[in-house]
Amino acid sequence: MSRLTELFEQKNTRVLNVYCTAGYPQLNSTLEVMESLQKNGADIIELGMPYSDPLADGEVIQSSSLVALNNGMTIDTLFEQLATMRTTIHIPVVLMGYMNPILQYGFEDFCKKAKSVGVDGLILPDLPLYEFEQVYGATIKLNDLDFIFLVTPETPETRLRKLDSLSSGFLYAVSSSATTGTDKDFSKVAVYLKRLKSMQLKNPFLVGFGIKDKASFDAVNAFANGAIIGSAYIQALSKGKDVETTTKTFLQGVLSN
Amino acid sequence: MHLFNELTNYQQPSEEGYYGQYGGAYIPEMLYSNVETLKHQYLQIMEDPAFKAEVAALLKDYVGRPTPLFYAERLSAEIGAKIYLKREDLCHTGAHKINNTIGQIILAQRLGKKKIIAETGAGQHGVATATVCALKGMECVVYMGEKDIERQAPNVARMKMLGAKVVPAVSGSKTLKDATNEAIRAWINEPDTTHYIIGSVVGPHPYPDMVARFQSVISAEMRTQLEAVTGSALPTHVVACVGGGSNAAGAFYHYLNEPTVELVAVEAAGHGVHSGMSAATTQLGSAGILHGSKSIVMQTKDGQVVEPHSISAGLDYPGIGPLHAFLYESKRGTFMSATDEDALKWAFHLSEIEGIIPALETAHAFAVLPEMNLKPTDIVIVCLSGRGDKDLATYMQAMDMKA
Ligand SMILES: Cc1ncc(COP(=O)(O)O)c(C=O)c1O
Repeated sequence: MSRLTELFEQKNTRVLNVYCTAGYPQLNSTLEVMESLQKNGADIIELGMPYSDPLADGEVIQSSSLVALNNGMTIDTLFEQLATMRTTIHIPVVLMGYMNPILQYGFEDFCKKAKSVGVDGLILPDLPLYEFEQVYGATIKLNDLDFIFLVTPETPETRLRKLDSLSSGFLYAVSSSATTGTDKDFSKVAVYLKRLKSMQLKNPFLVGFGIKDKASFDAVNAFANGAIIGSAYIQALSKGKDVETTTKTFLQGVLSN
Repeated sequence: MHLFNELTNYQQPSEEGYYGQYGGAYIPEMLYSNVETLKHQYLQIMEDPAFKAEVAALLKDYVGRPTPLFYAERLSAEIGAKIYLKREDLCHTGAHKINNTIGQIILAQRLGKKKIIAETGAGQHGVATATVCALKGMECVVYMGEKDIERQAPNVARMKMLGAKVVPAVSGSKTLKDATNEAIRAWINEPDTTHYIIGSVVGPHPYPDMVARFQSVISAEMRTQLEAVTGSALPTHVVACVGGGSNAAGAFYHYLNEPTVELVAVEAAGHGVHSGMSAATTQLGSAGILHGSKSIVMQTKDGQVVEPHSISAGLDYPGIGPLHAFLYESKRGTFMSATDEDALKWAFHLSEIEGIIPALETAHAFAVLPEMNLKPTDIVIVCLSGRGDKDLATYMQAMDMKA
């Protein structure tokens, strides 16, 4: 059973997935950030592989990606950093990134390497369903990685069911059509999340885009199995002193009762 | 010369928008509904007789089409071949870009959209978009790289006068690539009410095919006009500059499946193809994904998109439309390049010998003529994609340096 499936068997509510950019704030802070996230209550780590042209991302993640690239982060370096991660990290780790750097690395090599260092799944926002079915999906499955599709409030039901059936681990419910880091009116989002919940999907679903604090985390957890926080955490890291203090304060804020 | 494959219909991408291995729609799910609607409706709308009539009427009475095909006598004598200029510079707003925006604005109306967004490099596409938005009473937001806002100031002023909002793109190289990123992000943020008018044959399917079809009026007219003066619709060569490739796609379109016509695409070499300051995508790039389609992309070995350089904002782009990537790979197209210096030289030269001040982008197309080994019997059409008013500041600087 995959680490993600196992996690959701044990915990199917208030699951917290935190996004961080690999190589940010420092080239070698990747593992430190991951360890700190695990220690302070994150259930899943979504590690962003920086890209020069991240179309689905807002300003905050764009700029952390740029810093990481300027720090010298590459997929090769990331895999070197992750080579020993499973000695300390036991929660699920998902890689998020764009297709172009992966294609240059070699898609199959990428999947193999990801699996071998202990990565559990992939989120590739610019890999559409058609290409997944035609070309890339088989390689992902062959390497025993979970693949997490995004769905939005505009995704038609038949397509949503298909994306759910092809996903494993969890489904990524984008709170509304937007780039990352955009503020949301969660009363509108509620209608959509209620509908998702009533669909009895195969996968648990986590809500992402615009989740930034305790209030927004609590709001979506009324319907979803959990949520994904990205831009707000990156912003905290950019302003905070050291990784551990920042992460501790940030996650305590989100998870407090 | 070229490996022309008789069995390939170069005009028609596959159902999913592929020209060979290039094309497709690599877009995040947030754009799926919009792009899917376009994909299902664009051909139907474009084939509708009422739509065609509306576009044709505007192209005639508003844009001023057909644009002349002008025999450039002094240039012909100098080069030693018969050279005709397709005068897209005489279109309303000063470049070929409006052929596409006229079509897309009416299409956007049919799709029930209320607001238009666009990216622009040289500002010609931005002006052409702002113009049709004013014409149709639609809200218009144009994304433009901060660096381009500086170097194409007259076009920024025109867009504002036409009622458009110009938003600076401050990420990356602050040029066309980044303006395109910002426009796509803006579209993601309000997909229901907004139509994105892409300005070249780039982006996710169906944009490359749709824009090529709207621009194909250029070569449709060339055929008729050339036949009227020479008795044959077929030249030996068609030459066009390539940024994303829309004026080239339009100039090539009705010749794509004519094996005797050599199609010459001219990229911007910047300071020189191997200078590290260039935008010659096919020479420097490799297969990759940019702005929603698979094509040839200038990138590092790690797959990070490289910041290009060209003196002309409209060619300062690290990619190329998927049709052109396919023309390059299949060798159906001949790809050449011209440096900043050559382009500047030719902008002045064309002004002096034909009385036509071309856009900097366009000047690149002329710069390769002496290198084409043309014969006196050759009949060459150069797509004169735009006029040089917007580049006067650059031209004046060059004159100051010469003086
Ligand atoms: C006059 C002119 N020619 C050419 C171009 C390059 O675009 P494309 O390659 O799409 O024709 C531009 C773009 O701004 C332009 O303004």
